[in-house]
Amino acid sequence: MKNETGLTLIARTVTRISVWLIILYGIYIILHGHLSPGGGFAGGVVIALAFLNVMLTFGHETVTRWLNIEFMHDLEPASGALYLAVGILGIAVGGGFLANFLSKGILFNLLSSGNILLLNIIIGVKVSMGLFTVVWALATFRLFDGGEQ
Amino acid sequence: MILPFFIIIPLLAAFLIALISGDRDYWAIIVSVIALISLTVLSLFCFSTIGGKMIVYEMSAWKIPYTVCLTVDAFSAFMLVIVSGIGLTALMFSIYYIRHLSPSWKYYALFMLLITGMNGVIATGDLFNLFVFMEIALFAAFALVSYGSRAEEFEASFKYAIMGSISSTLVLVGIAVIYSATSTLTMAVIAQRLPQNPTVMYWSGGIFLAAFGLKAAIMPFHAWLPDAHSSAPAPISSMLSGVLIKSLGIYVLIRLFYNIYNAPPVFLTMFMVLGSVSILVASFLAIGQWDLKRLLAYSSISQIGFILLGVGIGTRWAIFGAVFHILNHAIFKALLFYNAGTVEMVLGTRDLRKMGNLTHILPYTTATSMVGTLSVSGIPPFNGFFSKLIIIIAAIAAGHPVYGGIAILGSLLTLVYFMKVQRYGFHGENMIEMENVRIGWGMRTAMILLAVLCLATSILIIPGIKEVTLDPVVDAIMNKTGYITRVLGR
Amino acid sequence: MIIYLMCFALLLVGLYGLLTKRDMVRIIIASGITGYAANLMLIIFAYKHGALYPILEKGKTVGERVMVDPLPQALVLTSIVIELGITAMLVALAIRLFEKYKTFDITKIKRLSG
Repeated sequence: MKNETGLTLIARTVTRISVWLIILYGIYIILHGHLSPGGGFAGGVVIALAFLNVMLTFGHETVTRWLNIEFMHDLEPASGALYLAVGILGIAVGGGFLANFLSKGILFNLLSSGNILLLNIIIGVKVSMGLFTVVWALATFRLFDGGEQ
Repeated sequence: MILPFFIIIPLLAAFLIALISGDRDYWAIIVSVIALISLTVLSLFCFSTIGGKMIVYEMSAWKIPYTVCLTVDAFSAFMLVIVSGIGLTALMFSIYYIRHLSPSWKYYALFMLLITGMNGVIATGDLFNLFVFMEIALFAAFALVSYGSRAEEFEASFKYAIMGSISSTLVLVGIAVIYSATSTLTMAVIAQRLPQNPTVMYWSGGIFLAAFGLKAAIMPFHAWLPDAHSSAPAPISSMLSGVLIKSLGIYVLIRLFYNIYNAPPVFLTMFMVLGSVSILVASFLAIGQWDLKRLLAYSSISQIGFILLGVGIGTRWAIFGAVFHILNHAIFKALLFYNAGTVEMVLGTRDLRKMGNLTHILPYTTATSMVGTLSVSGIPPFNGFFSKLIIIIAAIAAGHPVYGGIAILGSLLTLVYFMKVQRYGFHGENMIEMENVRIGWGMRTAMILLAVLCLATSILIIPGIKEVTLDPVVDAIMNKTGYITRVLGR
Repeated sequence: MIIYLMCFALLLVGLYGLLTKRDMVRIIIASGITGYAANLMLIIFAYKHGALYPILEKGKTVGERVMVDPLPQALVLTSIVIELGITAMLVALAIRLFEKYKTFDITKIKRLSG
């Protein structure tokens, strides 16, 4: 069945399968940030690109209905505030800002190295939401007077 | 212990404003006012208790060569007080003014990000951290310049963004050069290891002079400033012109060239030459302007030329004059931009030929603009007189009579074009009669507060008060590489 | 030695594009190229001949092998994200400018001058 916005049937079918794999790959990069190259930034960009993939093949109205855009818009400053809360907890425990307060664990384990894992997850969420919000705003921009960027 | 709060408070306020505001902007105003008042109190407390000491704070409780550190001495505390004070008056002014443009919480979140970036640049002790906070402040400035969505604002913001990105790339190249020679990024450790290879010092000094000179709008790099400052909304113009070009430009230049490079005479001569070129050319360009805010923008370039001339001379009196002029220029330039913004909001135009006699409809604005004009031209007993006089005397006493003569000429030209503003803009020929003119009480309070401060800061030159407030600042700068021992010796 | 010269040549290509092109989109692309050149310079300064990548793995010890400097890689990561943000803002500004002035040519956008 043809859709007016979006690409052909082959592209839509492949995207339905592969977008979950891309999100899984992005989560893998974020969680293993302290063991191999990558971390919050790179994994966040991959997840944002997964959402962008859906937007390219299906059109932006479908994406607005598929994800809960208001929740995504609120998730970005919430994760920023959460990062600062983790830092302030570092002050409260007794070290400096952003001091380690979780245990350092065994070397090469997934749950090791203090609160680097927690910070990676927060940064991954923030980067992906931020980048996707920018691209979504550029795509749904309608030429009208007023409003600002 | 209180150092990270200079960065945490405005950043947390920016995120909270983005989270909890709906369509109205009540929560945004309340959160930002609370944040700025607490920042002002904190910075005044820090400045009054710091004396000649230096506070060093290592982030994440690691030791110095491996971590990012925040270092605040008397000069940094002084700049923090200026940023928070002018920010508070800008916030008071913008409560009514921004509702006139477009009521939204986004302005307050971006404003808080601007304050975060400037506080971060002032309080940091690490070179790459300075780059990151400078970029944060620049993002917020680009977005705020184009806030009103008029056509000229976008053009001005685009020019500013392109030139800002060139200068950021140059800063990265300079950081790469310094890192390859000293293999560290902490400013104090760089100052220790740098005298071993002097060619790196000249290379990176030249690169940083170009990059941060563009931020400070020194004469060959000034081309973005008239457009950006004239099209931006009035409180943003005053923040940009009053604190941003000083905190991102002049402060970083003084830190780099005095505390880290130990003030090589080649660069000091270059400062003097560039400063005098700025004073003269910008004053001549300002006389021919008919747009009120563009005239004020060129006047900003010429006053920054005064500060740079004082920094370049290098004696104790010259640096005292430059530091005092930083404070004075922030106060009276903010006041003049608020006046221009009020006039623009009421009359709807910025063209001097269309304004007339405004003393009946805007009495407070006319009176405070007269105070601001007398301050910037250097008429006693206002504060501009003392700082300009000290710079001129220091220039002649250090053996550069030509530069002293250029400074005197610049001061006279400033009087000329501000008399033009007063003659055409506020006491013109045709009486303008408009009914139903309302300015918000916040705007009026901000202008009166700054006008009172114009007169009050001239008491900082009395020797008893000077010892307590401004002398530690000058000591921290003149103490050049004593910076190293105070950071590392604890 | 050749690598440093080529990296500098990339910086000059980016600057040439920024200075002489008239179309706004090409100016944005040229500013991206200048940013890439600066990041490349940071990474070139961190390289040592015959050194390993700086990651510890299970079952291997450090030994006496020299490792490549890991700090500039973190700097480049941060700098790439910052330039991503700047490019996004420039593109948004270019869209709004097109809406107001109806052209992408910067020699025609001259309402502010003097």
